[in-house]
Amino acid sequence: MAFLDLSHLEKSFGATRVVKDFDLSIEKGEFVSFLGPSGCGKTTVLRMVAGFEKPTTGTIRIDGRDVTRLKPNQRNIGMVFQAYALFPNLTVAQNVGFGPKVAGMAKAEIGERVEEMLKLIGLPDLGDRFPWQLSGGQQQRVALARALAVRPQVLLLDEPLSALDAKIRVSLREEIRALQKELGITTIFVTHDQEEALSMSDRVVVMHEGKAAQVGSPFEIYTWPKTRFVASFVGTLNLLEGEVIDAGRMRLDGIEVPVARGLDGRGTGEPVTVALRPEAVSLGLNGSGLAGTVESVAFLGAVVRTRVKLGRQTITLDSFNQTATRPPEPGAPVRLMFGADDLLVLGED
Amino acid sequence: MRGRLWSIAVVLIGALYFFLPLIGMFEFSLRMKRGVYSFEAYRVVLGDPHFQQTFGYSVVLALLTIVLGVLIVVPTAYWIRLRLPSIRPVVEFVTLLPLVIPPIVIVFGYIRIYNTSSWLPLTGSWLGTNLLILFGYATLSLPYMYRAVDTGLRTIDVATLTEAAQSLGAGWGRILATVILPNVFVSVLSGAFLTFAIVIGEYVFAALLNLDTFGPYMVWMGSNRAYEPSALAVIAFAITWACMALIQLLTHFSTFAKARR
Repeated sequence: MAFLDLSHLEKSFGATRVVKDFDLSIEKGEFVSFLGPSGCGKTTVLRMVAGFEKPTTGTIRIDGRDVTRLKPNQRNIGMVFQAYALFPNLTVAQNVGFGPKVAGMAKAEIGERVEEMLKLIGLPDLGDRFPWQLSGGQQQRVALARALAVRPQVLLLDEPLSALDAKIRVSLREEIRALQKELGITTIFVTHDQEEALSMSDRVVVMHEGKAAQVGSPFEIYTWPKTRFVASFVGTLNLLEGEVIDAGRMRLDGIEVPVARGLDGRGTGEPVTVALRPEAVSLGLNGSGLAGTVESVAFLGAVVRTRVKLGRQTITLDSFNQTATRPPEPGAPVRLMFGADDLLVLGED
Repeated sequence: MRGRLWSIAVVLIGALYFFLPLIGMFEFSLRMKRGVYSFEAYRVVLGDPHFQQTFGYSVVLALLTIVLGVLIVVPTAYWIRLRLPSIRPVVEFVTLLPLVIPPIVIVFGYIRIYNTSSWLPLTGSWLGTNLLILFGYATLSLPYMYRAVDTGLRTIDVATLTEAAQSLGAGWGRILATVILPNVFVSVLSGAFLTFAIVIGEYVFAALLNLDTFGPYMVWMGSNRAYEPSALAVIAFAITWACMALIQLLTHFSTFAKARR
């Protein structure tokens, strides 16, 4: 049995169903990210796990115990908020010691726990400071230490990096992941940033309109998106419309291209949407491949993004910026090459 | 330059309008001894056992009113911000009613409902009458206390702090006492000092409930003595101003105010 089990969770606010028949099993020590756009229900699911929202239907089990109707303070769950939520009237040490104090731990034991947690987050000397005397990154670290100080069964992170600047975000997400692995704590991380979700998680749940559109490892989610929504939300993507020739081929703007998988069971002439990652396409000036015309070239530093007109459709492709090869000029005739494996046949959302 | 002169003139006229009567009253209070300025009137007032008794009584009533006000207003304002924001305008309207309805109407209502022949004869006993005046004062102080606390709550993220405390295992009592109240403490103190200033000089409730507080004492003094009432008025002003100064000081030097600056 899974350590954290969400079964048929539903949540409605008035007539609006925000979460629809949501199922998920998370193993002990697993790091799972909920990824999706605003309003997709990811935070609502997290808040139901925390106990801040009561599910309309469904059950939440932690380590086999049904906690669906338990109050938030009875669940032994640690939570880190986007807005830090440190108590402004308490020092860093008092903030971290708040949970152990509520739990009735002895004063000496609380002191030891606080010291241990502050060391864990790399701020052993800031115990006497108030939250307003810390930077955003430091405050979020303290919030993490405070959540971990109660030794929670599950750690919930509600967009904890959103309020931080880009550099700190990257370093802190690495720290969070390292801490999570070190402590082996089951963690749910809510984010709308695909890079965060893909780089930190054991599994990613891509959410769309209150449902889990796809659950899988970051590699699976990125490489084999199951639906048009997942494909378009995770990474940049070309969506191409064509029609089926047979189980291994399709026609794209009158040109026959091989497709490795996904066309089984589809009839000849049936319309089909395929996705193609920009980095899967390579550019040649002559030889084989699909003939197109360069529409625009955008220089993004390490990457050059080229848009190529291919019949009625436009394909975006990314290539590394190499000093030996100059990017093509707009209007130049080019050839596009990609493998049969790179065309992903998408299901309906 | 011309605009600046006008501003200075307006401020000067305003200051004269406000301070001249006070200066006149203060000067008059110093003339009890013929031919010399002295603090004789203040000595007489402060040495009067009746002053000490009524002032002490009013101070106790003011402190109890503050405690009652905090107990009623802080949880109410907190809960409304947290769970019932839609009824906030209604509650604000209710808390403003004591400014619209004169105290004499409220106290007559109390006397009519809680007189000795009613089902709850509070006016029939010393304790009952004191409870009645306490409730009356808490009502009178509602507009100030509620507004002060609500303003304080607006400056913190009530919902997230509550959820953070809940996730750490805290129940409602602990959340209110250790998270919410300390963070609105300066606001509560502002409301408390305003309440103190109102209760100390209150006359209508005390006179109609026949209680010997500082307000009726000031009126009695005013109708029977010459110089002492001026001294009393100056003392009453000093108390009010001291309260205001304390609010400013606490707001200025509080840790949280520094954080917000």
